[in-house]
Amino acid sequence: MTGGRFAAKSVLWTLLPFILALAFTSLILMAVGASPLVAYSYMLQGAFGNAAKIADVFMAWVPLVLCAAGLLFTFTAGLWNIGIEGQMVMGAIATTWVARSLDMPSVVLIPLLLIAGAMGGALWALLAGILRTHGKVHEIFAGLGLNFVAIATTNFLIFGPWKQPGIATMSGTELFRKSAWLPTFGTVSLGPVQLVLVAAAILLAGVALRGTIWGLRLKAIGKNPRAAFILGVETERYMLLAFAVCGALGGLAGSLQAIGLFHRLIPSISSGYGYLAILVCLLAGNRGLWIAPVAFFFAAATKGSLQLPLQMQIDSALGGILQDVLVLLVILMQGVRSRLERPPVEEDRPAGLQPPVGFMET
Amino acid sequence: MIVELRNIHKSFGSLRANDGITLTFAGGRVYGLLGENGAGKTTLMKILSGLLTPDTGEIVLDGRPLHAATPAAALRYGIGMVHQDPMDFVPLKVLDNFIIGRSDGLIPDRRRARRELAELSADFDFHFDPDAPISHLTVGERQQLEIVRLLASGVQVLILDEPTTGISGPQKAQLFNTLRRLAQQGKTIIFVSHKLDDVQDVCSEVVILRKGKVVGQAQAPFTTTWLVERMFGQVLTAAARQDAELGRPTFQAENLYLADRRFRLGPLSLTVAAGEVIGIAGIEGSGQQLFLQTCAGLFPPAAGRLRIGDADMTGRPYRRFRAAGVAYVPASRLEDGLVAGLTLTEHVLLTQTRPSFFLSWAQAREQTAARIKEYNIIGRPETPVDALSGGNQQRTLLALLPDNLRLLLLEHPTRGLDVESTRWIWTLLLQRRRQGTAIMFASSDLDELLEHSDRILVFCGGKVTQALPAKEISVQHLAELIGGKGL
Repeated sequence: MTGGRFAAKSVLWTLLPFILALAFTSLILMAVGASPLVAYSYMLQGAFGNAAKIADVFMAWVPLVLCAAGLLFTFTAGLWNIGIEGQMVMGAIATTWVARSLDMPSVVLIPLLLIAGAMGGALWALLAGILRTHGKVHEIFAGLGLNFVAIATTNFLIFGPWKQPGIATMSGTELFRKSAWLPTFGTVSLGPVQLVLVAAAILLAGVALRGTIWGLRLKAIGKNPRAAFILGVETERYMLLAFAVCGALGGLAGSLQAIGLFHRLIPSISSGYGYLAILVCLLAGNRGLWIAPVAFFFAAATKGSLQLPLQMQIDSALGGILQDVLVLLVILMQGVRSRLERPPVEEDRPAGLQPPVGFMET
Repeated sequence: MIVELRNIHKSFGSLRANDGITLTFAGGRVYGLLGENGAGKTTLMKILSGLLTPDTGEIVLDGRPLHAATPAAALRYGIGMVHQDPMDFVPLKVLDNFIIGRSDGLIPDRRRARRELAELSADFDFHFDPDAPISHLTVGERQQLEIVRLLASGVQVLILDEPTTGISGPQKAQLFNTLRRLAQQGKTIIFVSHKLDDVQDVCSEVVILRKGKVVGQAQAPFTTTWLVERMFGQVLTAAARQDAELGRPTFQAENLYLADRRFRLGPLSLTVAAGEVIGIAGIEGSGQQLFLQTCAGLFPPAAGRLRIGDADMTGRPYRRFRAAGVAYVPASRLEDGLVAGLTLTEHVLLTQTRPSFFLSWAQAREQTAARIKEYNIIGRPETPVDALSGGNQQRTLLALLPDNLRLLLLEHPTRGLDVESTRWIWTLLLQRRRQGTAIMFASSDLDELLEHSDRILVFCGGKVTQALPAKEISVQHLAELIGGKGL
């Protein structure tokens, strides 16, 4: 097989799930009597119709990439950090606490707010990690439980100690003072700080996981924690490290939601981006840095589908359906592909029984 | 049942594991499949049992082509395999493992299964507690359970991959009797081994593989010289026993008691000098593993003290033991020893004593290539460890050990290895002892224990002998001690 043909085949396999996902979503649209083409064009307009809308897509892309970059660490170590959602929330709470307590010029205050967010997320993640390493509680259950606690804490703060003077409302706390607002490009919410942080997070994940001894140790733990331990890797310490890094990036994402978008603490501050980032990671699979384009697609689908109820009386859940079907199809196609193609690597595995979709190759 | 393998080819990357193998196995016989490590025996048997599919070639069963893409399908055709590394379900109980894979309806008849298990185990004189979790069993006991399970599901062709490595002498004799009895009933037994004695003892016909090809086939009796010549293309001589000068005490156990959920063991007091080799004998599962893991710092002792050099290490964490120069090489290479899916280079990077934070792949690959050469590993730096043969995995484990160890603890260091590989492993180990490393190794091979140990500890039924000078013990005496006489 020539290199060119191989590459062409590879591209085809990558595109196939996207085509099938669009086809499936089109079928659903036709079933409810809507024109798929019109719906998709509204979605495109909703995502990229003008500069403000494009900026909105980026505002969703930023937390998605931050969370997904963090999740690459935990997935590499074989950990399912479902708690990323709560870690985002805790980042936002920590940021809000500092924003309410300190009055300083922006240049000093904003770095402090971001550090507080990262620390809030990291500590919350460490709690899940310690439950896993020392309490033998599976991280999925620990994370899920802590997510509920984090959300309940936001509500408690909004309706209790941090309520607006006189009334407590679902609309959240009072707006932060202006010095705690992130700078923006013109009138849109997007600003330079977000873009710098995203670039840094991608760089951090790429370099740390591929090029450092930490990354290799996490990978070993992900594949066989017992053997890794006997070979001298301090597995518990590195699991906690993966949790902390992931939580810090998630907390940072929450922090950006608070000071870059809402400028206050609101009940659903995370907008579900933590859970969505898990899907982003699943989709990017073992090609770690693909999280950036995949997250962009997800952000565009999420933002674009908001247009649907306004224009066509179709629920905006369609964007979610598109994303979820895509994830399923990508995983399915990986299985189909490995069944059709003989694996080129030396593998002592039964034919047709491939390793699960993994994150270990980052 | 007549099993024919026709022109079987199987490659892993550039490695030709099976290179055009054509063989016929008839019912009513015990076939020996002999060959050194990496000769392709296990691959061929995995193909026959449906675990691997051949690249080309076919399997014919009583004249009909067999299409068994999975072990379950092969089992329906009556072909079952007992693997060298037991493939069972560690979290489950013995009885559940026994039931798994049976096709007697949605709700298994547990009472009948329990009775069958008891009857079959009694036949073999294996002793299982049906309600014990598999994790409490040793590798050897787990192999026994697999044999019993396959017999219960009615196999006609029973493949055993190195079955004698984990079981005691009497158990082996019993196993061989049963294999002969099964052959008399018309079953086809394929006995994969590298142990000449076993093959000469039990097999009525032998097939010898070398580098993926059939290089010899004969009816019993076969002479040792002929077998060795076929296997290696040369005649081997045993290395002479070498005594080494011993140094200062480097490891000390004082009134040590060990306990896990199964049993208590002790008291045990032992002082090991630098450069000394201590052999650990006993029927598999008599606490040897627990003892080695305690000495490695993986388990705290129930009572007593451990010293490395001058430092009291009792209750210290594993990493402190490692830092003090203790290393442990476990028996199950792919479960505990190596990380399946990582390459040799990644393993070398992972085990560097002072790794740089940023990985330098080029340097690591060079380093790996050098170790591959030094340790005679058949593989390349980018080969995943799970693609290596058992013997090469063992060499890899040794190649990953840090230099200048104080104490090296090994479980069955040559289990499943052929004569040549075994000699090579011991050459490497004896080099370390000359550098002053104390070695403690568990083995079920009496000759190995007597040849390489300075002193031998015998574990039996929760008790441990004093360390006995190996020079003064005969094989007969050692076998008696293992069997519990004189303790």
